Amino acid sequence: MIELSGFAALYIFMLAAFTGYEVIAKVPAILHTPLMSGSNFVHGIVLVGAMVALGKADTFITELIGFIGVVLAAGNAVGGYVVTERMLEMFRTSGEKRS
Amino acid sequence: MSGSAGGLLIQVSYFAAAFLFIMGLKRMSSPVTAASGIKWAGVGMLVATVITFAYPGMHNYVLITVGIFVGGILAWWTGKRVAMTDMPQMIALYNGMGGGAAAAISAIELIRGVDHGPVIQTLAVLGGLIGSVSFSGSLIAYGKLQGLIRKDWRFTGQNLANLGLLAAVALLGIALVSGGGGSGFTIFLFFLLAFVLGVTMTLPIGGADMPVVISLYNALTGLAVGFEGFVLSNAAMIIAGTVVGSAGSLLTQLMAKAMNRSLANVLFSGFGGTAVGEQAATGGSMKAIEANDAGIMMAFAEKVLIVPGYGMAVAQAQHKIWELCQLLQERNVKVKFAIHPVAGRMPGHMNVLLAEAGVPYDIIYDEDEINAEFETADVALVIGANDVVNPVARSDPSSPIFGMPILNADKARNCIVVKRGQGAGFSGIENALFFLDNTRMLYGDGQAVAAELIQAVKEL
Repeated sequence: MIELSGFAALYIFMLAAFTGYEVIAKVPAILHTPLMSGSNFVHGIVLVGAMVALGKADTFITELIGFIGVVLAAGNAVGGYVVTERMLEMFRTSGEKRS
Repeated sequence: MSGSAGGLLIQVSYFAAAFLFIMGLKRMSSPVTAASGIKWAGVGMLVATVITFAYPGMHNYVLITVGIFVGGILAWWTGKRVAMTDMPQMIALYNGMGGGAAAAISAIELIRGVDHGPVIQTLAVLGGLIGSVSFSGSLIAYGKLQGLIRKDWRFTGQNLANLGLLAAVALLGIALVSGGGGSGFTIFLFFLLAFVLGVTMTLPIGGADMPVVISLYNALTGLAVGFEGFVLSNAAMIIAGTVVGSAGSLLTQLMAKAMNRSLANVLFSGFGGTAVGEQAATGGSMKAIEANDAGIMMAFAEKVLIVPGYGMAVAQAQHKIWELCQLLQERNVKVKFAIHPVAGRMPGHMNVLLAEAGVPYDIIYDEDEINAEFETADVALVIGANDVVNPVARSDPSSPIFGMPILNADKARNCIVVKRGQGAGFSGIENALFFLDNTRMLYGDGQAVAAELIQAVKEL
């Protein structure tokens, strides 16, 4: 994979931190709960890391921890998606009809 | 590796995933585009997950696939079934799982003993610590909101004890960084103490403050994921984790502010630790009203503002209330919902509950949008809410909720309060609103009362 050497990584970190702040900054309170749930889903990307960690594990103990990690991460990603979608599906204006 | 076609495909996919996550979150920040936002992010997740199977130098594919299915199916099943009122603890649970996964990655890297250099090693250890605390802390938060843990476990010198625990974990962490890996026992002890820290930090915090804590752990998990992303040189994890870390920190601050608490206050002092009971006694008496009269009052009003609280959701009265609103709208009564930032169990939770009942979001207003309108409202219907409409927050400096922004239900021409019985609210504070001359108490279960109100309006 690409090597993220010291300062390049630091720049990514800084810019990503500002991005996160700016994306949320002007959000109306009505969306706070769905948004928290949505951001909870986004850090489910940890699944990718857990897959790689398990994929490179070669002893029983690391395989065990890696397997637990993948199960937990998959739960984070899938659960986060399902509950966020369920909440957001319900937001409608007066004009729209419920399906 | 990055030169190969497979490596390039992986990089492109991770880049696309990071882009989709940010665009998805952006779309989720407006109610018009929100529903599509989660789908964008979902596509990003799917792409990143599938392409990771092509990651070079991996084995254990069967274990990985089984793990994804076990975790995914369990989460899918629980996520589809959970009631909207229980959403906050469900978010806590899924968030804790993410923290645990970040800790697992950290543990594997430490056990494998690959030398990453001091900076990356520090990030690996920090991510492990934060992930572990977020994991066990979120589980406790889940247990509390789910009603599995009822006691707020407090003792004197608790903060000091937690501080000592943190110092011990930090020392072990430093040993792991400088030792370039450390022995199996040091690693085990490090994670064990980190888990314990998450438990002891969260146990003393009261249920009312849990949303802020969940939001904080959400931000922490993001940060831990970002740190482990540095360890694995995975840009998608770094970007997604960091974005969530900072967005989550901002959300946490907004929530704490809405509850008129500082974050430090939430974390280090239990609610109710301040002396309650010295407040000035509220004068006057509560005056009851019958549902029939209340219904007529609303039917002939020009403008009715409804102030719902968590009590309404517990009584499952939101569907009936919306039915009542539609009846009133047919009589050309203007109906609006006034939502306090902490109505429900976390900011925005009440909006979700109302949306579930079918209430369109364009008649739902935030506190700062609607507060000026109470003076021109004929009726304010308070249902299941208490502290958020207590005028002592404006007037009585000795009250624990003094300074908390409230909805001005007391300024409406008439205020009808639907309430189960005569007791005090969640915080145990007497509500001066109930004793005002323009307030009438409508006693009964939220759902039953709403049904009676509907009946009263229909019979006109």
